[in-house]
Amino acid sequence: MLRDITIGQHFPGNSLVHRFDPRLKLVLTIVYIVLLFAASNPLGLTLSILFLAAMYTVAKIPLKMIGKSLKPILPIVIFTAVLNLFFVSGEGEPLVHIWFLTIYAEGVRYAVLMAVRVMALIAGTSLLTYTTSPIVLTDAIEQLLKPLGKLHFPVHELAMMMSIALRFIPTLIEETDKIMNAQKARGAQLDTGKMTERVKALVPVLIPLFISAFRRADELAMAMECRCYRGGDGRTRLKVLRCTKRDYIDLAVCIACFAVILSSRLVFPNF
Amino acid sequence: MGYSPFRRGAPPERETKMNETILTAENLKFRYDVSDQPVYALDGVSTQVKRGEFVAVLGANGCGKSTLAKHFNAILLPESGKVYVEGMDTADDDKIYDIRQTVGMVFQNPDNQIVATVVEEDVAFALENLGVPPEEMRRRVDDSMKMAGIYEYRERAPHNLSGGQKQRVAIAGVVAMRPDCLILDEATAMLDPRGREQVMQTIHHLNKNMGITVVSITHYMEEAAQADRVLVMSKGHIVMEGTPKEVFSQTEKVRSLHLDVPQAAELRDELVKAGIPMPEGIIDTGECAQALYELLQ
Amino acid sequence: MADIIKVEHLSYVYNPGLPTAVTALDDVSFTVEEGDFVGIIGATGSGKSTLITHMNGLNKPTSGKIFIDGRDLWADPEKIRDFRFLTGLVFQYPEYQLFEETCYKDIAFGPKNMGLDDAEIDRRVHEAADFVGLDPALLERSPFELSGGQKRRVAVAGVMAMKPRILVLDEPAAGLDPEGRDDILSEVKEYHKKTGTTVLLVSHSMEDIAKYANRVLVMSNKKIAMYDTVEKVFARAPELLELGLSVPQVTKIFLKLREMGVDVPADVYTIPYAVKMIVEAKRRRDAGESLVLPREAKQEGGAATC
Repeated sequence: MLRDITIGQHFPGNSLVHRFDPRLKLVLTIVYIVLLFAASNPLGLTLSILFLAAMYTVAKIPLKMIGKSLKPILPIVIFTAVLNLFFVSGEGEPLVHIWFLTIYAEGVRYAVLMAVRVMALIAGTSLLTYTTSPIVLTDAIEQLLKPLGKLHFPVHELAMMMSIALRFIPTLIEETDKIMNAQKARGAQLDTGKMTERVKALVPVLIPLFISAFRRADELAMAMECRCYRGGDGRTRLKVLRCTKRDYIDLAVCIACFAVILSSRLVFPNF
Repeated sequence: MGYSPFRRGAPPERETKMNETILTAENLKFRYDVSDQPVYALDGVSTQVKRGEFVAVLGANGCGKSTLAKHFNAILLPESGKVYVEGMDTADDDKIYDIRQTVGMVFQNPDNQIVATVVEEDVAFALENLGVPPEEMRRRVDDSMKMAGIYEYRERAPHNLSGGQKQRVAIAGVVAMRPDCLILDEATAMLDPRGREQVMQTIHHLNKNMGITVVSITHYMEEAAQADRVLVMSKGHIVMEGTPKEVFSQTEKVRSLHLDVPQAAELRDELVKAGIPMPEGIIDTGECAQALYELLQ
Repeated sequence: MADIIKVEHLSYVYNPGLPTAVTALDDVSFTVEEGDFVGIIGATGSGKSTLITHMNGLNKPTSGKIFIDGRDLWADPEKIRDFRFLTGLVFQYPEYQLFEETCYKDIAFGPKNMGLDDAEIDRRVHEAADFVGLDPALLERSPFELSGGQKRRVAVAGVMAMKPRILVLDEPAAGLDPEGRDDILSEVKEYHKKTGTTVLLVSHSMEDIAKYANRVLVMSNKKIAMYDTVEKVFARAPELLELGLSVPQVTKIFLKLREMGVDVPADVYTIPYAVKMIVEAKRRRDAGESLVLPREAKQEGGAATC
């Protein structure tokens, strides 16, 4: 049921990857995504995937978790692969030619590379959420975006909204479950019937859910005021993010790996 | 900003001067909707709470007891009349954060007052807002978690805790501000008996051992029976006031206000009606058993 | 009378087969006679909430069988919805499920799902509103304008309007003030008396169970710990206390008296009965009879340190 849904699932642990400074981890994840597109030859991709596999091993995240994170985006992967397959035209003879569809060798190559790249991208970002608790990640985002605050960008407010959302997701999921049960007990048909009927049947679930969410927001705002909340100015944090020597060493190792992957593309462009 | 730098971070000097008044309401009147509502939620309430006291406020739904509580830390401001917290006028904008630090509030629904996704982060929330330095914050957070008996859950996610545990997280988050007074707005209403007991134990511990003044708004007569003083409200007025004994022994009057009396007091009354002599002022089971023992000996 | 509920070796496991599997019910068997008013008590996590959601098929047993009115609940999973109308379930804080524009429409939601005609729905809505003491003038108002206690009544009426043979209520009085609590429970009792509907009432308040139920089912650690008439269950107060449950305050007073060595019954759970027993004890004392409890009996009661 709804309770099984996992959003931003986190696997607590104490590995090197877990302890790595979240800000650096976030930046490196972004760099890794760029790298996936920059080093787009088969050799570069293979090395990128090897690097990721090594990270997963270090973090002791079971490999089947990669499968779990890939499952929901599988349709997108297949869709992009199919698009590439049919619409990339290459030189030489097409491999297959049916009616208006033609498949070239390049098309196959691009389709496979694209599919692998998208999957590596998802697996890479999943590693970030698997090894970093949402609240720490929010902190990292807040700190990384801090310079934007000078431009009157509401950095603190955004971070606060994110962390409150994270806090209330499980509560609201539980509540949805309860409301669904209560309406089913009055004979509502939520999991049977035609699509249009099902959408209509959601009204008795969504209305109480929204009302309750607003009530919660109201009460939470009051509770926050009672605890002297007044925005981000002058706030301190219980846990201060600090980069240690080890973080810098880890960073250096990662950058070195990335450099090797990138240079592989330049040195062996044909592989 | 309206808080004194002295107060920020530094533990407030707590003098254990008994008989010193900490909360005062003077002829307090309040309506939620001034234009549409002719009825006052609070209609001329005057009362005082002394430092170190444990006061229970009783009353049927809509009697104004929650409204009164929200006046004591400037969540609501009086339409007329005055509210003072340690001599500070709650209508004084500059004092608002001092007042909220002095009077901590715990609400009914434990889910709707926890902000963070980790217990200790939530306990630290108020201190983060007050700008307490991290080292001092760590100490105060640990202290208040231990006081509320939730230290072992410090790294858990609040939504995985029981109601009683969540409510103690909320209490720890308020106690971390080192308030002089704690107001519980039906803080046990949504808990099971076990959770209620845990929360009440924590509150009594804070009251007895830390000298924190407690104002507890409740529907549970057993909880009120353990207070130093009971206020009963009805239709925006305080209609009864006294020790639990003085209040609950007036069973007829308490019932006419749509409230319960402890079963011990009820039994005593029924026995008297049945012609059996029983002493006055019986409100708990021990006293009642003792009186019956003496009767039947 | 016939058994309206028959539960045989019911077990339920959350997330079976996963590492997070948790047993919530472990080999539970019991029957309820039609027309009974059963109080269900048990600490949080004892399995009582899981048990009641089995009564209308919201949860499917991992093993075991449930018969409602002699019919196997899961004989044909396609027909499970029929049982939702046979067993009306009122959840905790049911006012949070209200969603319609008017109270009338909300109460009519269940009957409408049953496919009844408008005249019958209208009749049932008014009847249910009457049972919960809801002013007919409020029926055309939005449920969200009402007070907490009134909202709760609308929600309970919404289930009563389905005219279930069994009405299950999970702490219908939670969070209400003493008057609201007494009102709603006596309305349920009145409904029970007038319609003969079987009622299962989950409550943490032993005083309420003592006042309204005629049988008590005690859940502990995923199993049924006791299932008997009210007087027989509360007479086993020391065991209840051991299970982490409480007993009504009057029962505590009588247990204390027994501990002090006074010969009074242990199965006292309501005020009128308590008064009768004290008057009786006083009469015996005045007549010169000994009220000293025999030794063994005293030991037995002595376990009850309240």
